[in-house]
Amino acid sequence: MPVEIDIAKVARLARIGLTSGELDHYAEQLQVILEHAARVQALPTEGVVPTAHPLPMTNAVRPDEVEPTLDREEVLAAAPEREGPYFRVPPYLEE
Amino acid sequence: MTYEAVIGIETHVELLTRSKMFCGCPTDFGAEPNTNVCPVCLGLPGALPVPNEQAIEWTMSLGLALECVIAPHSVFHRKNYFYADLPKNYQISQFDLPLCTGGHLDVDAGDGPRRVGITRVHLEEDTGKSTHLGGSGRIHDASGALIDFNRSGIPLMEVVTDPDMRTPEEARAYAQELRAIVLALGISDARLEEGSLRFDANVSLRPAGTDTLGTKVEVKNMNSLRSVQRALAFEIERQARVLDSGQPVAQETRHWDEAAGRTESGRSKEESSDYRYFTEPDLVPLVVAPGLLDRLHAGIPELPAARRARYVAVGLEEAAARTLVAGGLAELFDDAVAVGASPRAAANWLTGEITGHLNRTGIEPEALSIDGARLAELLAMVDAAEISATAAKDVLAGVLAGEGSPREVAAGRDLLQISDAGALSAAVDDVLTAHPDEAARIRGGEGRLVGFLVGKVMKATSGKADPKAVDALIRDRTGS
Amino acid sequence: MDPADLSIAEAGTRLRAGDLRSVDLLTAVRRRASMTEAILHAYLTIDYDGAMAAAEAADAALTRGEDWGPLHGIPIALKDNLVTRGLETTCSSRILSGWIPPYSATVVERLRRGGAVVVGKTNLDEFAMGSSTENSAYGPTRNPWDPDRVPGGSSGGSAASVAVGSAFAALGSDTGGSIRQPAALCGVVGMKPTYGLVSRYGLIAFASSLDQIGPITRTVADAVTVFEAIAGHDPSDATSYRGAYPDPRADLDLGVAGLRIGVVRELSHDGIEPGVAAAFQATLDALAADGAAISELSLPSTEYALSAYYLIAPAECSANLARFDGVRYGLRLPGESVEQMMSASRRDGFGPEVTRRILLGTYALSAGYYDAFYGQAQKVRTLVIEDFKRAYAEVDVLVIPTSPTTAFAVGAKTADPLSMYLSDVCTIPSNLSGDPAISVPVGLDEAGLPVGFQVLAPALGEAMMFRVAAAVERLAGLDARPAMATSEGAA
Repeated sequence: MPVEIDIAKVARLARIGLTSGELDHYAEQLQVILEHAARVQALPTEGVVPTAHPLPMTNAVRPDEVEPTLDREEVLAAAPEREGPYFRVPPYLEE
Repeated sequence: MTYEAVIGIETHVELLTRSKMFCGCPTDFGAEPNTNVCPVCLGLPGALPVPNEQAIEWTMSLGLALECVIAPHSVFHRKNYFYADLPKNYQISQFDLPLCTGGHLDVDAGDGPRRVGITRVHLEEDTGKSTHLGGSGRIHDASGALIDFNRSGIPLMEVVTDPDMRTPEEARAYAQELRAIVLALGISDARLEEGSLRFDANVSLRPAGTDTLGTKVEVKNMNSLRSVQRALAFEIERQARVLDSGQPVAQETRHWDEAAGRTESGRSKEESSDYRYFTEPDLVPLVVAPGLLDRLHAGIPELPAARRARYVAVGLEEAAARTLVAGGLAELFDDAVAVGASPRAAANWLTGEITGHLNRTGIEPEALSIDGARLAELLAMVDAAEISATAAKDVLAGVLAGEGSPREVAAGRDLLQISDAGALSAAVDDVLTAHPDEAARIRGGEGRLVGFLVGKVMKATSGKADPKAVDALIRDRTGS
Repeated sequence: MDPADLSIAEAGTRLRAGDLRSVDLLTAVRRRASMTEAILHAYLTIDYDGAMAAAEAADAALTRGEDWGPLHGIPIALKDNLVTRGLETTCSSRILSGWIPPYSATVVERLRRGGAVVVGKTNLDEFAMGSSTENSAYGPTRNPWDPDRVPGGSSGGSAASVAVGSAFAALGSDTGGSIRQPAALCGVVGMKPTYGLVSRYGLIAFASSLDQIGPITRTVADAVTVFEAIAGHDPSDATSYRGAYPDPRADLDLGVAGLRIGVVRELSHDGIEPGVAAAFQATLDALAADGAAISELSLPSTEYALSAYYLIAPAECSANLARFDGVRYGLRLPGESVEQMMSASRRDGFGPEVTRRILLGTYALSAGYYDAFYGQAQKVRTLVIEDFKRAYAEVDVLVIPTSPTTAFAVGAKTADPLSMYLSDVCTIPSNLSGDPAISVPVGLDEAGLPVGFQVLAPALGEAMMFRVAAAVERLAGLDARPAMATSEGAA
């Protein structure tokens, strides 16, 4: 049963700028993988609660206390582009 | 065509926790850029979030104050979208199991009470701050951007109402009341100008008397309570004109321009966002422990509505109660009454002269040179006729100007009244002796001449005599 | 014996007896690496200077009479998806080429505090996505038993280095079998803990609800040692287990007499290579002879586990890898807008398998498809967990071959992603359930390639799991090492 994939939209959502040739290539592969993955639909799951976590833990929280921060120079040393104490990026198109 | 406006408001509240929502970075303002950061709030590979317990409890407290149901089981979700100041390119937020749901807040804009339903209150994290370079500082003509991640990860509470408001005034009243509650709880400094409290409104119109919802427009960038009212008033009128001309209202986001007094269309998005919400796998569910809600309830201070009700119960008018609470004068009032001032008298002075002073000078109530004790002293002096009611205004002005206590100011400005009968006797006797004809006529029944003699005593005492006491003495001496 | 071939336990004894120093262990490892790395390519980064400093410090401490624990002075390798401060961490991806982290993973800090000597960072499938280490952006790692074959993946570099003796132990990560399968293909021990027992803070996330860090070692006893050094609650990881759990070492030598062992029917017959099946059966026979009661159980939902995994893991990874956008670190390509910059950087920085899984995951989560794909997969996961719970009411451990095949040829499965995914069919179920599992080498097939035997235990059942694994190891009596594991001719 072929699965419908709008691969261009998926690539936009994932912010990966694939060429149209690449999009076609991945669309084909995804088709095959998804058909296999879609087998999950064959299992009856009415009334089954989805698992979000394998372990039944709750309330893992921390007290409102300040901890040490990183050294700014060490952080900015990894920046692809910096300007003074800031990370610099090209202009934004979207708000 | 008459339209009815349907308004809902989404409010973001920055919480005043010491550390961020999912990491231990400090939250203080004004730090050097990119110094309050760590692997978690920078979105470094391998970092993991751990939620701030205080932020969770404060959110539940606000939910309780808004009469919400606190979810016995609540989870965080990932809201996925790409944005340069959102380090993980997803925001940890809440989706279908938020901390609080189904509450309400009663407001009154003067037209009668309106119950505004609270759909939900949830917790999420803030983004970093982008500064757009060149041009006007807005996105449209920038040459690039600089990003500071100090604010990335600050705890944000989001309060969403049902679309229950019908006028801009109601919206403003809601915004004001919510802000007052947040301040009373001490969980945020709620400054609109600084962005620690942000209001976004959704507004649509429908023909009066119908109940299907019209196309809603989102309005952003309202940076004061006044802007909320003005922006909605403008938007309602704009939408009415559009509809009247036979056009449909476009579903969009518009920005309020305070200077120009109108809303502007924002950049339209190519496609509506698909946030692909899924349960945050790096966090586990929050479950309300037994006793927690009782403890939080006990910690909630007197909220504005309760305070206003208490004031009405001791005899104040609704309007006066409202002014005291909304104007930040409630503490002053309570203190004055606690040391014996009459509630109504205290309220009169606070809502009258003192509020006038605040409006003229623009200072905050905390900065006033009068406290409850001083206000009570002023009122007591008027009651005891130590100063006349007229003089009291001058005395108050002196106190507010920092000249000292009411007694000190009255003495300093020579406003103390003489009302002691003994002290006045001599003056009264002198005047009676000096005006024997009038005295005789008063004895003969011409009571209206008492005022003439009172005037003489006032002149003789340079206006310091208490006219009522003089009047009483004269009548006493003349047997009338 | 060349020090590089000692177990951690043996090396520890000799360090304390004073007849070897940590520096000697490191030198032996270095010699072995120099003999093997040209062909093997197990390592991406080797930090001899840092390692030597650590070894010297370890030796000085021992001389002073200090003892930092069983890993004191032992050279260890770390999979390159573990963040190490000051030491390049790439996840075998171009998108992190040259990234020097400003912090270290919790497990790395724990190893260092215990005196371990970090030799370097090992090769993996890019972002831990793969079963052969062929998806590395920096070239594949080879199988030490036959360099024309893969070492398995994604922790191929870690498994190969331990197999060959260029590390005494290594840390790997396991999301769908990425510790156990390469351990099996390389003839070493590899273990995935109960989800939550080992902190994930500093493990570059692939699938958050499935990932676990675990040890790869040459003996079961060494695996217990490394596990103990890294396990335990970490407040920086909200999914870190807070409760008590049984001492993993307590029952190690008790043997299997009287234990009930269940074979998972759905995963132990169809599609299993004859050589693997033979070794698996031989091990079962030996366990039975040693006093265990062997039965066969059906866990029907495990047939759907692979499908569920290939929806859940990509979905979580699509969000986990969104942070690689060229803004704060990593590869940045130019762009007229920040959006274009991100799109171009991600296209260039991610390899095909990673791209494939991000697209798959994005799709599975998107509006209109969530319920049928991701939502449904999470329900199948519940069914798998229930099947395991029911099984553990009847048996003490479950057993499966670790991998359906022995090491396959380089390039054999790269044309068809699905065929590669099928390598994980025996290991994925315990990632979905969160239960612990271990692979123990039990023999060589006719081609001389190692076969792994997998023991699965209930959540927090590491003690039972290690107990049975130790018996399996003893009964197999496997003495073979790959021919490459020699320092003869080393400079």
